[in-house]
Amino acid sequence: MSDVRPVQMSSPVLTVRQVDAYHAITVVAPGIAERFRSGQFVAVAVGGEHSAMLTRRMFAIHEVKPDYGGTVEFLFTVRGKGTAWLAERRSRDLLDIIGPLGRPFPLPRDPVNCVLVGGGSGSVPLFPLAHALRRRGCRVDFVLGGATASRVFNAMTARRIAETATFTTDDGSLGTKGRVTDVLAQVIEEAYSDVVYACGPMPMLREVTAIAMHYGIPIQVSVEETMACGTGICMSCVVPVVGEDGITRMARACVDGPVFRGERVRFDDVGTVPFDALGAPGWKARSVEDQAREAG
Amino acid sequence: MPLDAETVAETAAMIPDLRVRLGELELANPVVTAAGCAGAGRELARFFDIARIGAVVTKSVTVEPRAGWPAPRIAETPSGVLSTVGLQGPGIDVFVQRDLPWLLSRGARAVVSVAGGSVDEYVTLAQRLSEAPGVTAIEVNLSSPDLSRGGEHFTADPEAAAQVVAAVRETARSDIPVFAKLSPDVADLVALAGKCVAAGADGLALVNTVRGMVIDVDTMRPAVAGGMGGLSGPAIRPIAVACVYQVHAAYPEVPIIGMGGIGTGRDALEFLLAGASAVAVGTALFHDPSACMRVLRELERELIDRGVERVESLIGAAHHGMGGLGVAAG
Ligand SMILES: Cc1cc2nc3c(=O)[nH]c(=O)nc-3n(C[C@H](O)[C@H](O)[C@H](O)COP(=O)(O)OP(=O)(O)OC[C@H]3O[C@@H](n4cnc5c(N)ncnc54)[C@H](O)[C@@H]3O)c2cc1C
Ligand SMILES: Cc1cc2nc3c(=O)[nH]c(=O)nc-3n(C[C@H](O)[C@H](O)[C@H](O)COP(=O)(O)O)c2cc1C
Ligand code: FES
Repeated sequence: MSDVRPVQMSSPVLTVRQVDAYHAITVVAPGIAERFRSGQFVAVAVGGEHSAMLTRRMFAIHEVKPDYGGTVEFLFTVRGKGTAWLAERRSRDLLDIIGPLGRPFPLPRDPVNCVLVGGGSGSVPLFPLAHALRRRGCRVDFVLGGATASRVFNAMTARRIAETATFTTDDGSLGTKGRVTDVLAQVIEEAYSDVVYACGPMPMLREVTAIAMHYGIPIQVSVEETMACGTGICMSCVVPVVGEDGITRMARACVDGPVFRGERVRFDDVGTVPFDALGAPGWKARSVEDQAREAG
Repeated sequence: MPLDAETVAETAAMIPDLRVRLGELELANPVVTAAGCAGAGRELARFFDIARIGAVVTKSVTVEPRAGWPAPRIAETPSGVLSTVGLQGPGIDVFVQRDLPWLLSRGARAVVSVAGGSVDEYVTLAQRLSEAPGVTAIEVNLSSPDLSRGGEHFTADPEAAAQVVAAVRETARSDIPVFAKLSPDVADLVALAGKCVAAGADGLALVNTVRGMVIDVDTMRPAVAGGMGGLSGPAIRPIAVACVYQVHAAYPEVPIIGMGGIGTGRDALEFLLAGASAVAVGTALFHDPSACMRVLRELERELIDRGVERVESLIGAAHHGMGGLGVAAG
């Protein structure tokens, strides 16, 4: 669990705007803004006070600013009834919001070369990360993809803040026709990348991890598993992750993640409980005595 | 401005006495967490002081670690949640070494929910919890698959349920009250409750989730990995209130922890009037992690507005003058 305590607040909407194909909402939320580290997200209650929608909606924090004591911006596309309700919000409406949640992206101590890979709305958390890396003197290269040009999030900003920005679209309307994983190896070689950060759908994260491992460089991924509470109590957002001790656990993406070391996530087993996971049928529980004996 | 004696007395009289007694168990107030919706308190402690609610009811603890069901485990339904977590947890060793001491260090009352696949497993759990200091009560989750009968829930057979309750009551230290937790998905809840009480249950926890299903019409598959799931939240509240009402009518002396869709002080009051002595908040915590404290505050306000001095005076009040009508209507 992240050591920074999240806060729950009733936050007034400051501005609502459109960024490419995305709705962007900025709320006044000083407690969240001051605690925020890149990679963290907010959990937003939708539907108003007596809402029939009981689960919260999670959104990566795109930007925090010191205005009005602290503001937080998140972006989304309308996917279902919760995001449809959010898209109707206007300035001065109140949002019940919890944040910052989740394990942030770890930052390198030294000014190394970082490549940031994002697909669709998964690119959102990479922008505050890029700023944080730049402040540390790191080189930043972006590889962003989407179905079509308007779905490639914030291409202009990416070009401005990064050393290079490479784009891919399924239809070829921007950059290379294809997927981010088609161009990543070349970017890593040309930029002499030392670290990879990635955020997007699971199949993409899995391929990006494979490429990073091929080059033997560290890879941090931010996963997007279905969530309901965002605070770690409902146990719905589990992903099979190998721990330091070599044991696979069903980790909660909302508090143990969403950022994990890529090689620790068992991408082939996402959506299942691996046979050898802690507490699964193939797990051989060791008795307390065994553990005590090993501990010496 | 100095307050005159009369004003002081009036103000004092307005703060209702929230203490409740469930048999031998006394709680500072009637609001507790629902098992499986609050972990072992750690996550919620980031949002409110867990020592201020009546008790923390933990996620059901099992003998061995359990991995649970694969994702997706939750689907939202109108005013409800359908879930299949599958009792994921670290097992009793880790619970007793790590989670329980932590809860006690925070000054919280710990009601420990237990789930097993056999009578023996429940006995082991009761034993371990009796050896550990500081357990306020044991809640026996009987909606757990009985491995000796093809995975049917213990509640499906009142005899099997009673056997578990009797074994836990016999094993557990005599000063630890034992509550039997039941789901409404049974042929005759009142009869089952009676069996559990006869087997030694000191109280009942009503209700566990109601079986349900959601099919994703786009993928044409069940929305949760387990296929069927347990429905919770306000969607099941009238069912839960009916269960509490019927069981209280049949066994007015047996303390009940009522739950099912409680999200406000008014909801809590409804369960108290039906006959619950304490109320558990579950799914509402997913929406509002401070829901327990809010429910408590709102309940206090409801009592003040009604001029009620002792919350206990309202327990089962909806039955007064009903002449057993509710039972007949069931
Ligand atoms: C850590 C994290 C960060 C995210 N960041 C962004 C972002 O920056 N921008 C953005 O557009 N979207 C983001 N998402 C996805 C976003 O949460 C969903 O699009 C949104 O919850 C859909 O809600 P809905 O009511 O419109 O859809 P519905 O389908 O009606 O939602 C029903 C339920 O499923 C859950 N759900 C549905 N889709 C997802 C999903 N993809 N991930 C998680 N839960 C889901 C909802 O939370 C809700 O509980 C993020 C998800 C996670 C887990
Ligand atoms: C995600 C989830 C997990 C649960 N886990 C348990 C559990 O481990 N043991 C148990 O006795 N009940 C469990 N329950 C049932 C709740 O304790 C409660 O009885 C039920 O959800 C109704 O209350 P609610 O509507 O306030 O949630 C769980 C419910 C949910 C939604
Ligand atoms: S979303 Fe509830 S535990 Fe992660």
